[in-house]
Amino acid sequence: MPNTSSRALLMSASAALALAAGAVGADTLRIGLASEPTSVDPHYHNLGPNNALARHIFTPLIVQDANQLLEPGLATEWEAIDDTTWRLTLREGVTFSNGDPFTARDVIYTICRIPLVPDAPSPFTLYTRAIAGLEAENDYTLIVTTDGPAPLLPNQLSTFGIVSASVSGAEDEVVFGGDECTGVGDAPASAEFNSPDFAIGTGPYTLGAYIRGEELRLSRNENFFGDAPVWDEIVMRPLTNSGARVAALLAGDVHMIENPPTQDIARIEGDGFTISSGLSNRVIYIALDQGDAPTPGIDGDINPLQDARVREALALSIDREAIRDRLMLGLSEPAGELLPAPMFGTNPDRPAIPYNPDRARELLAEAGYDDGFSIVLGTPNDRYINDGPISQAVAQMWTQVGVRTEVDAKTFSAFIADRNGFNFSAFLAGWGAGTGEMSSPLGALVATRDPDRSLGGTNLARHSNTEIDDLLVEALQTVDDGERERLLREASTIAMDTFAIVPIHYELTTWALAPGLEYEARADQYTLGAAVLRAD
Amino acid sequence: MTDIPNPTPAKKAKAISPLRAAMLDFAASPLAMIGLFVMVVMALSAIFAPWITPQNPYDLSQLSIMDNNMPPGSESFGGMTYWLGTDPQGRDMLSAIIYGLRMSLMVAVTATLCALAIGMAMGITAAYFGGRVDTLIMRVVDLQLSFPAILVALILLAILGKGVDKVIIALVIVQWAYYARTVRGSALVERQRDYIAAARGLGLGHARVMFRHLLPNTLPPLIVVATVQIAQAIALEATLSFLGVGVPVTEPSLGLLIANGYSYLLSGAYWISVYPGIALLVAIIAINLVGDQLRDVLNPRLRR
Amino acid sequence: MVAYLLRRLGQSLLAVIAMAVLVFIGVYAIGNPVDILINPEATERQRLEVMERMGLDRPLWEQFWVYFGNLLQGDFGRSFVYGESAMSVILQRLPATMELALFALVLAIVFGVPLGVIAGLKPDTFTGRGIMAGSILGFSLPNFWQGLMMILIFAVFLGWLPAGGRGQTTEFLGMRVSFLNWDGLKHMILPAINLALFKMALVIRLARAGTREVMMQDYIKFARAKGLSYRRVVLVHVLKNIMIPVVTILGLELGSMIAFAVVTETVFAWPGMGKLLIDSINRLDRPVIVAYLMLIVFLFVLINFLVDLLYSVLDPRVRLAQRGAQ
Repeated sequence: MPNTSSRALLMSASAALALAAGAVGADTLRIGLASEPTSVDPHYHNLGPNNALARHIFTPLIVQDANQLLEPGLATEWEAIDDTTWRLTLREGVTFSNGDPFTARDVIYTICRIPLVPDAPSPFTLYTRAIAGLEAENDYTLIVTTDGPAPLLPNQLSTFGIVSASVSGAEDEVVFGGDECTGVGDAPASAEFNSPDFAIGTGPYTLGAYIRGEELRLSRNENFFGDAPVWDEIVMRPLTNSGARVAALLAGDVHMIENPPTQDIARIEGDGFTISSGLSNRVIYIALDQGDAPTPGIDGDINPLQDARVREALALSIDREAIRDRLMLGLSEPAGELLPAPMFGTNPDRPAIPYNPDRARELLAEAGYDDGFSIVLGTPNDRYINDGPISQAVAQMWTQVGVRTEVDAKTFSAFIADRNGFNFSAFLAGWGAGTGEMSSPLGALVATRDPDRSLGGTNLARHSNTEIDDLLVEALQTVDDGERERLLREASTIAMDTFAIVPIHYELTTWALAPGLEYEARADQYTLGAAVLRAD
Repeated sequence: MTDIPNPTPAKKAKAISPLRAAMLDFAASPLAMIGLFVMVVMALSAIFAPWITPQNPYDLSQLSIMDNNMPPGSESFGGMTYWLGTDPQGRDMLSAIIYGLRMSLMVAVTATLCALAIGMAMGITAAYFGGRVDTLIMRVVDLQLSFPAILVALILLAILGKGVDKVIIALVIVQWAYYARTVRGSALVERQRDYIAAARGLGLGHARVMFRHLLPNTLPPLIVVATVQIAQAIALEATLSFLGVGVPVTEPSLGLLIANGYSYLLSGAYWISVYPGIALLVAIIAINLVGDQLRDVLNPRLRR
Repeated sequence: MVAYLLRRLGQSLLAVIAMAVLVFIGVYAIGNPVDILINPEATERQRLEVMERMGLDRPLWEQFWVYFGNLLQGDFGRSFVYGESAMSVILQRLPATMELALFALVLAIVFGVPLGVIAGLKPDTFTGRGIMAGSILGFSLPNFWQGLMMILIFAVFLGWLPAGGRGQTTEFLGMRVSFLNWDGLKHMILPAINLALFKMALVIRLARAGTREVMMQDYIKFARAKGLSYRRVVLVHVLKNIMIPVVTILGLELGSMIAFAVVTETVFAWPGMGKLLIDSINRLDRPVIVAYLMLIVFLFVLINFLVDLLYSVLDPRVRLAQRGAQ
């Protein structure tokens, strides 16, 4: 056997291992990432890992805290002067990590640059498109005008970091002009930001090195305007294989990992490590095609899903607590809405959808489906936590009330192609509300499909209810927070009462940390090394 | 494999004694006989899976996630014993493995037979006609064989997408060239023989000479290649499924079962990955033992 | 001879081009990368804008034409995911894969040759049979399965070696390598052995066959009769005769080793080109998929060509026209 001799080699290797157990610098924090940022450019790809990394180096005007509530960032105050005008007061005395002062010019430059980022696969124009005018009253006061009431402007401004105009090659005066800005110079390519010379921001850390696939080094920014960061250095290593990630944590190679697999959590905790978990802004839901009859996954010329009683039956036949206990091992919360309370626009008193298979069978019988029907449930199997197994479980539960279900599980890219081609009668997916409030899931998943109003973009179930649409449109133009929240709550209640969509649970996001470290779980699922603290 | 064609179908009168001799030769190796026995048992359990498994792992009404990730020997709420434990979906691993074996064997045997047919036709054609036809076919064969099967299959599946049929297509495409080369080699030798010249002298058609006279005599080496290739096909299919481009998760083969258990391996739920792995191991070894002995028996040069 | 080699090279180049066309069409016809990359909250208008910028709104033949035009200037397009030149994204990963493949190659020779010679010298002993049985296992068991078992044994049960990842790297000749520090080496041992096993089995077979053949030659018998020590016969004559096929075959196999690294890198989460390929397939990063293939095809053509050349130099008796690919 070739193995015999290689084993001898391994034995001597492991003998040396004991001697070489490397001591990690006490002021260096090493993190194992589940997915690697694709670029250091904060405006390249609107994607969780990229945004989380950007938060270390570039500070946004307004910052979202762990619960996605807004806090001052580079802007200390923001107020709506009228329905379409906002005044932003910028923080004074802030310098970039290269020593340049931060002024309104950098903000204008950043907003001008966002549409110009070459090849951005998911640009941030989503969050700047409401801005119609931008003027600096002085170096530290900005007046923003919008092309209609834009109550979400502060949320939108919290999604991207501010870059240095001078480093990016802007002229001394940058003037915002909607589609055409002047004085921007040549917008730098995203790849340039992967170099420490170019990634200049006002965040708590500066870029040390970005070695794709291996390592990302951040060093403390001595010029940071806030409290001095705890760690001298943060090293992030992409460990996309969950088993390898856990092993690295247990072996002490890293001090913290993202998303430890649910089945490993008990063991990690048993070894004395800390688990931090908290509700995320992501709901896992099932969409039921209500567009046409016939519908692709159901035999015959019928579409039973157009009947709200059938949708209710399918919703009631899912045992959310069993999924939580057996599949998620406690790391999910059964859902009754599309966003967990107490986030903005949720109904805190609304319970999770109960499990009631008997009622489900009654409802099916009432709707005329005594013998049930058969259906295909589409699902990705590599995107959300335990997505494949959850779909299998739902299929079991539906089958047990008489709706014979087959699961069509695919890798995410193939799933998306099928889903967007309306090839599923029912599919499981997830939605994370980047803005952290109810108009995000309702507007995308439930509102009638209408590209002109930017509504219903992901409403592939083709649900349509003008009552919900009207409430939502009104909410999106209401700057008053209290009134807007009332409208969103009402819209959510109607959507849930008619089973426009079937929520399953909210994911809990989990981190595992070495003993003696603390991290407050974040709803936006970002891993911020700067927010990791020593327990003492 | 039970579906392998009888090695000497053509010359019936003379065939009996060499066939018997070959069978006796084969039986001389106890290891090969064990391999054959295991192969037959596996093939039978794959064929009769629906009747012998404790549970139908595809029938969702029989599964319950309340029973998921149970270690081997656990009892379900319904009183059934899971001898090999359960997977994250609450499937009985024993049943899942037998069904997985069924899928693996089905894919591998189908692909091998199709590839065999195509490769045989191409190889015979190349050898019989020679010249440009030969050059063209063999150029394609050479090119095909110069790339590793895994890479060709991976790309094909990246393009074709997932699915049992697509895996079979990919396996056929990467395998036919082996047969074509083997057949051509032995057919070239046979072509020089007198009986072929005689057959052609009698004015028999191309097709008749090729398939009635040339083909049967090229079969023995082909059988050896085909046996080993079934094992290769099983391994390749398992690898592709492991990489996530093979069979769909709802109809798992052994490879996919192993992949599904991969993330649980480090968490101590070893049975989800290890038992299908052992089944795969046993299947491949059994086929190889049989293949090795067949080669010794059918290849007179190697006979001791 | 030169004409033959040139013709062969020409044929290979044609094959490369045909392959490029096929792969391009195949890869570009599936799915829509924007759907995967774009933030779900994006509007329909934004989605169309991104597609337009990536050129995905144009008909397939036009996309191909643009791609081909750029290709002639050495531009393999930009990665959709990283926004950088696809080739540079791949080349960043090249050192990791090459290091792994070369280390595996060394392991295959260092362990495979002696084992094969022993098996060849003592074919009917327990050791000889054991070695051959091991090589059959090495040949026929899927690579990923061997890898999983290695993880289970050495990482899970024994806890000696890490289960995956690349570990620390050090700068060496402008590349980042693992073998110069203990942490990196520790991470490389399991994947390298995994990648080496298959080739080791091959080397064992070659070495065994070569040894048996050489030992039966008259001149060996003659040398023995003349009183040369067994040791010397083995070391000088046997090794000299088997090293040529072993080295040429392994040279040829370096390409397939890089291809097989796809599996090993996936099992051990090794950040090389193979892992990149699998990730790119999952993310529909088309320029990277196509560029990877072009690179691999080029590599294979080059290796095949070199081996042809080598054969004709080393052994004039080899009739090139009849040489099979393996």
